[in-house]
Parts: sequence; structure tokens; C-alpha cells
Amino acid sequence: MTIIPAIKKDYITKLAEQGKRVDGRTFDQYRTIDIETKVVNKAEGSARIKIGNTQVLVGIKMDLGEPFPDTPDCGVLSTAAEFVPLASPDFESGPPRENAIELARVVDRGVRESEVVDIKKLVITPGEKVWIVFIDIHILDYDGNLFDAASLGALAALMTTKVPILRFLQSGTLEKKDLETWYNNTSIKDIIDLYSIPGLDEFIASKNKEAPTDIKDIPLPMIEPPISCTAIKINDYVMFDASLDEELIADARLTVATDHKGDIRAMQKGLSGSFSREEIQKVIKGALDNGQEIRKQLYAKIGK
Amino acid sequence: MMKSDIKLINSEGKRLDGRGPEDLRKIKIESGVLHRADGSCYLEWGGNKVLVAVYGPREAVPRHCQNPLRAIVQARYNMAAFSVEDRKRPGPDRRSVEISKVISEALERVILTEQFPRATVDVNIEVLDAEAGTRCAGLTAAGVALVDAGIPMRDIPVACAAGKINGQVVLDLGKEEDNFGEADLPVAISPRTGEVLLLQMDGHLTMDEFNKAFDLAVKGCHIVSDIQKKAIMHKYQAVVAAEVQE
Amino acid sequence: MANEGRQIVIPSQVIGETHTMKAGRGTFVEQGKIYAERLGILSIQGNVIHVLPLKGRYDPVVGDFVIGVVEEASTSNWMVDINAPYPALLHVNEVPWEIDFADTEKYLNTGDAILAKVLSVDESKKLQITLNDRNLFKIKGGHIIEVESSVVPRIIGKKGSMIALIKKYTRCRIFVGQNGRIWIDGDAEGIALVQQAISKIENEAITFGLTDRIEELLKKDAKDVR
Repeated sequence: MTIIPAIKKDYITKLAEQGKRVDGRTFDQYRTIDIETKVVNKAEGSARIKIGNTQVLVGIKMDLGEPFPDTPDCGVLSTAAEFVPLASPDFESGPPRENAIELARVVDRGVRESEVVDIKKLVITPGEKVWIVFIDIHILDYDGNLFDAASLGALAALMTTKVPILRFLQSGTLEKKDLETWYNNTSIKDIIDLYSIPGLDEFIASKNKEAPTDIKDIPLPMIEPPISCTAIKINDYVMFDASLDEELIADARLTVATDHKGDIRAMQKGLSGSFSREEIQKVIKGALDNGQEIRKQLYAKIGK
Repeated sequence: MMKSDIKLINSEGKRLDGRGPEDLRKIKIESGVLHRADGSCYLEWGGNKVLVAVYGPREAVPRHCQNPLRAIVQARYNMAAFSVEDRKRPGPDRRSVEISKVISEALERVILTEQFPRATVDVNIEVLDAEAGTRCAGLTAAGVALVDAGIPMRDIPVACAAGKINGQVVLDLGKEEDNFGEADLPVAISPRTGEVLLLQMDGHLTMDEFNKAFDLAVKGCHIVSDIQKKAIMHKYQAVVAAEVQE
Repeated sequence: MANEGRQIVIPSQVIGETHTMKAGRGTFVEQGKIYAERLGILSIQGNVIHVLPLKGRYDPVVGDFVIGVVEEASTSNWMVDINAPYPALLHVNEVPWEIDFADTEKYLNTGDAILAKVLSVDESKKLQITLNDRNLFKIKGGHIIEVESSVVPRIIGKKGSMIALIKKYTRCRIFVGQNGRIWIDGDAEGIALVQQAISKIENEAITFGLTDRIEELLKKDAKDVR
């Protein structure tokens, strides 16, 4: 395990007392964020996020399958994270440990509970056939703040995902009657109209069995995404977007996801230190401000 | 491999993606792309995208894994869940374990392991986007990442595959060719000496066809070796060029 | 005569022949030819060819000053990370203090930094370091950064010229370990400026005229020079 020298810990803390950070940032400032989408051809959606030197790749794959027994009228979302040994000298190969599982579940909640993806619109036949959306987070370079990189990656990937209708029609996994049912029952007509995708409704209305090869896949039904921002606490100092060294000595961590209306959609506290009520308020305010900036950058990238 | 009536190569020798029988897919290599790794390489080969990180040499743990006379080389080939058409469950499957083994053995031959007793050189190969020939892409990228990590080697290993489609021997199989062709022959060599470090064959080849395919794969290896070397030098030439401008 | 041209060589590159030259560090010989075994800079000293590595883990040499970070304390020794492929052992007999049995933690504990010297390296690369020297000590205060150990000679400079330059303009105390760890002590601006200068040296290590460019950088952001 990488051991951080006590001297470094003291230096970071000393600077914090002066309101400073080792790389010159303010407590509220993020490192440079870089968003790239459509980076993996095989995936239905993908995004590579860089925050400083931290790099995360998120891929979206879709399949058809059975819904969960307790939610027969909803599509399925499944999120997993792989802390592959490539990303850090301290990551070991093997099944996900508690850090990877916590990250996957926090990202999952950010997507699921905020209803970013309208999973009610992903139902073909209730109780029998629904769309399954797999969100796979692949850490590439760990240099602090995986939570925000992974959450942002999941959003950017989902927002540029295309439901692989043509491929599934051609392979027979999706039958034409499924498409008809989906079209009529869950009003994906709105999506098709909204994005002016030609050919799909004509195909559904026609008597043709084989889909014309030029019909386009449709985007996932999505609403405004909440943006996740994470702060850490070193002694009594709260700072956003921790670098690796800051994260290694942090006492506590708090992730807050906020939406475009200024409401709170998800929260997660981590590590064994504590937050006071005032500190929590501080983090919420910082998450809101940074969230707005990051949302602007995300929309600019996706072309919204 | 599935046999089919699919026409993979026409009478003029043109393949489905427009390549001739001895043409390689497009290759792009970048060295030193990750911050935490001791050495790294990002490589695109046709539709393949692989990322390799090298950590080491570092003490091998647990102790009973250590070789008192030399470093062990542990390559880990892994495919991301989203890298293939039908999502792959995360974690090593039998195919990944086999590929990891043959790549480890290939790399062990060229790394000067005697300089680091009791240590391990860890080579992590992540396939991010897959399209036939991922083990050749992975091994080739690993060669560059090892140089970037400053690992002492007697040569920079490189790999390339040849195969047979519609009865004809061709270089560097693409996706449909791998699925519907008649033979697949990945080969890795030490370009300086010509020693074969990795060799696998799957399908059906006559002695004649094998010789032809093998020679073609080796020829491909040498072309890719030049691309590796340019990628390694590129980083430093950029620095020197910048200085000249000042 | 030392000739340090900036020719960059890569593993398997032919750099000489044994009938005219001797094979030095970073090279191997096969059938009368001398090859580079690492990515590095070609260095010809007299009739000996060396390859000075551009990258790679620190390779401990007896007598090197290194900055170590204690990993764990045992009853009669400590295991210390010196940024090499292997941890180094510091025995209780190699420190300037009288230590009672199993009291090792009182003196050095996990995370403590020390300026030590490499004492021995055996054939299986088991390393030992020592603190038994007036110049060696447990480090207090300041900041520690890490660079590629191959860049250390450039950070020190010819006869210490580069490091002296940095110390002058930043008014910081600086210890450069051969293992690529650097300890800096001073005020926040000084330390930040030292980091900037060292970062530039790391990125431009293979170029000429670096000393002048570093002086320019230091002058721009410096305080009053002593």
C-alpha cells in the first residue's frame, strides 16, 4: 500500500490553515475537467472523463430481459465498477471490494433515484420483456475523486446512448411485434417525434417483417440529470475535488448531487470522520455552484 | 469458427473493408498516457482499443511467489464489459486467463529478469473496444509500455496475426474474417532476432499455407515494430523540437 | 573525455561493437555487438559506452543518500520504502539512538521520513540502509515530492549548480535524495516555486540550455535574492 509520509500530511494541513492547497487551487475549485463521448464503438453509449489526472471510462450496454419481480413495469438499470489494477499500484485484481461496490451503488442511486433515465419507458411487455441498461465504470487512472468522475461519466455516456433497435431486430432478439407494443404502450413515440427519427414509425405501421437497414437507433428516454460533487474534510477544512494526496489523508467525505432546479437528489457520506451541520450546508452550497458549472460543460459537450 | 458462404475476399483480392490481402488495419500508438503507472501505452488497431499499464519491478508478494533468482512477469489481459457486442460479465474468464498466460510467457523471454530477483513486473492489459486480434494488440502495446517504464529488455516484443479466408492466406484478420474465416494464426516475435515468442493456431492450414501465413505474420510484425519505435521516440523528439524553437 | 550527446536510444538498438568499445551500464552484449537495454541517453566515456536511463525505478547504490519513508516498525528493525523495487531494512544497530527491545516505534514509526544512506545491497537485492552518520537524520517539517530518479543528476546540476540556483531564488532548504525523493523546507511561496522549477526540469531533462531557462523562471516569481 502506498504510504503517505507524515510530513506531506502536515504540509497539506498547514496550507489548509492558510486557506491554501498544494496545487494552488481554492477550496471550492475543481481541477480541469475533460469530457469525451462516443469513445467505444462496441458500446451503445460511452464517455471518458478526466478530472485532473484522474481518468474514468464508462460504457453502456443494453439487452432485453425480464424485469425485477417487484417492478414488473420498469426497465432494469444495473451499475458495476471495476477498480482494475491498471489504474493504481494499490488496486489488486479480483472481484470488486467494498470501495468499488460503494462507488457503483452511489452512481447507481444518482441515476436511478433521480429518474434520470425514464425506466418506465423501457418496457416492452410488463412482467415479461424489458430493456436492461448496464452501466459499467472502468477506472483508468486513480488520482483522487473517483466519485465525481464516475458519476459524470455515467451521465455523459447515458445521454449519448443509442438503443440498438436495428441490431436487435436483425438478430431476432427484438421482434417487430415487440417494437409495436413498445411504441404504442410506453409512448416512445414522443422520443421519435422529439428527435425526428425517420423511418421507425413507418416500419412499425407497415406490413414488412424485415426492418429497413437505414432505420436509426433512438436515444434513451432521459430527463435533466443531477450533477454529483464530492468534498472532503481535513481537520476542519472542507475542500472540493480532492487530489490523491488530499484524499489519502481525508477524515471524511461527502458527495451531494443537485439538479438544475437547485434541489438535492442524492447524498453519501464516507470515511470515518464526521461533519457538523454547518459543514454539510457548506458542502451543499459548493456542490450546487460547482454542479451548475459542470452541467454547463456537459451540455456544451453533448450539444444540448 | 463458423464456416459460411460469406464472400470475405473477391476475385480482385479486395476484402470486406477494402483492404488487400497483405494490408494491415490502421494502427495508432501513444506512449506514456497514464499518471500513476510506471509505464503505459494506448493503442488503436482497426477497431481495437487497448490500454496497458506496467507497474514494477516491485517486490513480489506473497513471499512464496518470489523467484530468488529473477523477476516474475505477470501479464493480466482483461476485457471491459462494454468492449464487446454482447456485454461481458466483469472478471477473468478462461479465455482471458489463457491469453494472460501466453502473453506473460512471451514477455518473460525478452525482459532481463535476472536484474531483479524476488521481484515482479506487472503488465495490465485492458481491452476497451474489441475487434479481432486483441491479443496481438495487447502484446504490442505491452512492449511499448515496458519501454516507457524503463524495464531493461533485450528487445521490444511485437505481435501480428495472419489467417485464411475463402481459401486465401491474408494478413491481420478483421472481425468478420475472424468469425467466418478458415484459420487464424497470431504470432509474436523479438524483431531483432526473429525468435518466436508467441504462436497459436486455430483452424485448418496445409503445410504450404502455414508457411505462407507465418511469413506474412512476421512481415506484419516488422511493420508494426517500426510503428512502436516511432511512438516511443515521438515523446522525446517533441521535447527536443520545442527546445530548438526557444 | 565525457561526451553527453543527447542521442536517445531504445532497447535492442545497436550502439557499438566489442572490438572497439567496452560495454558499460545499461547495455548488453550479444555476438560482439553492444546493445542498449533501456530507453535512455547514450553516453560515451573514453572507450566505454553507457546508456543513462530516462525512466525506471531507482537502482540503489551503496553510499547513495536517499530519503526513505518508514513502512513498519518491528522489534529490532524498520522496513523503509526508498522508492526502489524493494523495501530497505534499517537495523536498530544502524541508528544513533540507544533503543530498548521492542521500543522501535518510539523513535521511528510508519510515515516518518528519514535522510539515510544505502549501506549494503546483496546478490538477491536485499537492501540495508543506515542513519549512523552526522549528516543523516529524521526529517521534520517541510514538504516531500517525488521525481523520476533518472532526473536527479539534472536537478543537482554540474557541481551542484542547478540546485544552488534554485535554493538561491527560493530561499528554501532542499535535500535531493538519489532515489528521486526531494525534501523542501521554506514558506509556501518558496516551496511552490521550487516545485515549479523541478517540474520544468523533469519535463525538459533532455534539452540543452536548461539552466538558463530555469533561472529565468525563478527570477520571474522570486523574492529578493540574498
